[in-house]
Amino acid sequence: MSITEILFWFLTVLAIGSALMVIVSKNPVYSVIFLILTFFAISGHYLLLNAQFLFIVNLIVYAGAIMVLFLYVLMLINLNADAEPMKNKWLKIAGTVAGGCFLLVMVAALRTVDTKGITAQVGGGDIGLIETLGKTLFSEYVVPFEVSSVLFLSAMVGAVVLGKK
Amino acid sequence: MPINLYIFVSLALFAIGVIGVLTRRNVIIIFMCIELMLNAVNLLLVAFSKMHLAEMAAKLPGATNNGVDGQLFVFFIMVVAAAEVTVGLAIIVMMYRNVHSVDVNFLNRLKN
Repeated sequence: MSITEILFWFLTVLAIGSALMVIVSKNPVYSVIFLILTFFAISGHYLLLNAQFLFIVNLIVYAGAIMVLFLYVLMLINLNADAEPMKNKWLKIAGTVAGGCFLLVMVAALRTVDTKGITAQVGGGDIGLIETLGKTLFSEYVVPFEVSSVLFLSAMVGAVVLGKK
Repeated sequence: MPINLYIFVSLALFAIGVIGVLTRRNVIIIFMCIELMLNAVNLLLVAFSKMHLAEMAAKLPGATNNGVDGQLFVFFIMVVAAAEVTVGLAIIVMMYRNVHSVDVNFLNRLKN
């Protein structure tokens, strides 16, 4: 087993385990912490695939900004462990069975697809570097880039308007 | 790594997000599970962007941006997710000020 495979399986187990803990843990603060751990594991996957720009953006935007926003809101509205009332046990089981059926159907559909020998290149490749991504972003994708700035402006205005109400 | 592994890891993460949305009642945790699903898709897009690179380099010699589109899609998904979280959490805070609860069972006032 090479070092790449060991890292891949470690990050995979970390991501799926902490994702499970997000939906299992009763205290919402623990859920946020485990979600941050999941995002770190996914960032590790990006680094393994040599997508360095997305690695750093995922760390800064997701694990940094968005999760701090979640934690801030959680502390603002002061939730504790028993804020969520115990709801119908059967609904919980039904939700789990529905999600499990989704997973089962997708795995069964994709299991027989012929992907023999098709691999994702791990380690090498320079398409994930800032230089390559930036050249394409500011030449072919410059219109969506500008539109997303308008989206951010409207989101900011919306958040301020909602907050002042 | 084989692309199969990335597909199944992303599927597992996505299914965990779906189960979280279906079983939890706390609206903030539902929101977090939506973020988890977005990240599962992002991981799959990045894995797909590193696929077929050798064949593309053989067919299009000299092209340097094979597979860049997938990673830029991930970048735009992150942009949209950040905007979505801003507005969504503002709505949640406003809702909490009105009804003093984040339980989705209490938030069915539009029903009647």
